[in-house]
Amino acid sequence: MEKKNIIELKNITVSFDGEKVLDKLNLSIQDGAFVTFLGRSGCGKTTTLRVIAGFLQPDEGDVFFGDQRVNDVPPYKRPVNTIFQRYALFPHLNVFENIAFGLRVKGAKKEEIEGKVREMLKLVNLEGMEKRKVTNLSGGQQQRVAIARALINRPKVLLLDEPLSALDAKLRKDMQVELRRIQRETGITFIFVTHDQEEALSMSDVVVVMENGQIQQIGSPVDIYNEPKNAFVADFIGESNIIDGIMNRDDTVTFAGHTFVCVDEGFEHNEPVDVVIRPEDVDVVAPGEGMITGLITQATFKGDYYELIVEVKGFKWMVQTTDAYEEGQQIGIVLVPDSIHVMHKSEFSGLYGDYSTFSDEEDVVPPEEE
Amino acid sequence: MSGTYQGKAGKTRRTSLGTAILNAPYLLWAALFIIIPMFIVVYYAFTNKDGAFTFDNIKHLADYSGVMLRSLLYSLAATAICFLIAYPFAYVVCKWRPSSQKMANMFIMLPMWINLLIRTYCLTTLMDGNGLVNQLFVFIGIGRIPLMNNTGAVIFGMVYNYLPYMILPIYNVMSRLDKSVMEAAEDLGCNAFQRVRRVVFPLTLPGIISGIIMVFVPSVSTFYISAKMGGPGDFMIGDLIESQIHSQNSNLPTAAALSLVLMAVILVSMLILNRFSDDEEGGSMLV
Ligand SMILES: Nc1ncnc2c1ncn2[C@@H]1O[C@H](COP(=O)(O)OP(=O)(O)O)[C@@H](O)[C@H]1O
Ligand SMILES: [Mg+2]
Repeated sequence: MEKKNIIELKNITVSFDGEKVLDKLNLSIQDGAFVTFLGRSGCGKTTTLRVIAGFLQPDEGDVFFGDQRVNDVPPYKRPVNTIFQRYALFPHLNVFENIAFGLRVKGAKKEEIEGKVREMLKLVNLEGMEKRKVTNLSGGQQQRVAIARALINRPKVLLLDEPLSALDAKLRKDMQVELRRIQRETGITFIFVTHDQEEALSMSDVVVVMENGQIQQIGSPVDIYNEPKNAFVADFIGESNIIDGIMNRDDTVTFAGHTFVCVDEGFEHNEPVDVVIRPEDVDVVAPGEGMITGLITQATFKGDYYELIVEVKGFKWMVQTTDAYEEGQQIGIVLVPDSIHVMHKSEFSGLYGDYSTFSDEEDVVPPEEE
Repeated sequence: MSGTYQGKAGKTRRTSLGTAILNAPYLLWAALFIIIPMFIVVYYAFTNKDGAFTFDNIKHLADYSGVMLRSLLYSLAATAICFLIAYPFAYVVCKWRPSSQKMANMFIMLPMWINLLIRTYCLTTLMDGNGLVNQLFVFIGIGRIPLMNNTGAVIFGMVYNYLPYMILPIYNVMSRLDKSVMEAAEDLGCNAFQRVRRVVFPLTLPGIISGIIMVFVPSVSTFYISAKMGGPGDFMIGDLIESQIHSQNSNLPTAAALSLVLMAVILVSMLILNRFSDDEEGGSMLV
């Protein structure tokens, strides 16, 4: 069952101008997986890809392909191909020649090139476009050429650096589906970079959440969503209320002035913790019937649900409910054990998960760390 | 309503009038100093001393075919050498820090600020039998080497004078190449040599072609350099034209005919070169 690791990063550290951009990064990537690096702009995603592709030598640490250490292997000898953030197609070559490039470099035979380019054109839905200049193509078409140009070399690993960020929403959705299809059909390991959490959750087998040049969590999309490891991950993936609590003992946690039953274990006695409550997991009941009570300070109709901002003991929660409520109403709140997720305190504690400054227009921007 | 309309119309007319006024000096310049001299050259080339139409001047050019061929060969050699020096140089400079690149640019441009005649004159004093270079050779024990008054000296002089005109256009194009395209080539399996051959060269072709034109054109019509640095057998077409004009019985018709041929040679070579840069598939064709 256990698949072998195709890439391993061990203690990778990279600094630019004395600033650590990657800090002792460790990562194993399984053969054939669709892995997504997810993180805000500037967190080091591109840098990590460049270390894997070989364009950047880490200051410390080792890169392994299988069992082979490849730190000193130049990019053109690595079994990896990259789809660059801005495609980087060859402007002097047409669609056909762009795609054929890798095979021509290898000195492949004419018939082989013809056949494989046709195959690629079909895979990326660009049949009939082979004579077009790449500079005259739309963003989506250039994207497809870039994919075909990389895949024709049958790399072991394909690196995709925010390949969809320049496309409009509709095309983006189509390409997400298409990339996933191509990955399944070819069985090639994809390492996909995005800052869009929805994209990451919907496409990946494994999500790697990055922040501050470090990996915050590695897991399946479901794990990442349901079992975030710290306040950063909880806040970055979906909406989260993150509340200070005390873990009394296994399966018992106190926060918001009430002691709840939960399903989390493995904490010390009375350990201070961060408690995550997803807005959709809150049961809203009449004021007397809840475990705790709150005051609605803002109610927004969202079509299929209402989004409430509820003040509970001086802390503002986001709550999503299908019933209609109004600003100023008192409500009761019920939390079943499964809806409570407890995390150890981290460097991100207190920075995220409070909706007191929330407005619909912009996401809550956490204070920049020093 | 109509007032506005008229105003608009008036404005349009004024703009076109303005454009005409702006264009006028250039058109006048072109007519006075480009078109008319061309006609004069053509006139002299096809008339004899009495002003009658004749093909004799052109026919007599056969006597000078040796000089013409020599000019062509020398200028091709100088252009080729300039390219071979300039291309790797530009490639290397493009990898330097921006501040160093600015410095390098300065040093390339510096000689261009000095008049060609003075530059060449300085070069001759350097390379003379008793010049600084030979003194150095004597000092380090190689002994005197005849550096001047031979073909090598002429070509060296041409390369020395025209090299910046090759470097600058190539450097300009090369420094603006998209770095990520180079990385894409490396990513797709190109080693350094293949990157140059398959990506850098085709993408810098426009710069190469400007460089070739900017070196070849003055090279093929070179005078003074060849007269000053060459031997008796290194006479070039530019020298020939000059001597025809300045000789005691000034022979303008022959000079004009020679100029006409020179212009034709330049025109044809530019047409050939433009074919390369205009071709949509130019890159792949050359690879
Ligand atoms: N060549 C470079 N020189 C200096 N700083 C760099 C360089 N490349 C990246 N950085 C810095 O490293 C950090 C991480 O960059 P990057 O890996 O591109 O982030 P991401 O792709 O996640 O947006 C950023 O702060 C960026 O400014
Ligand atoms: Mg990036």
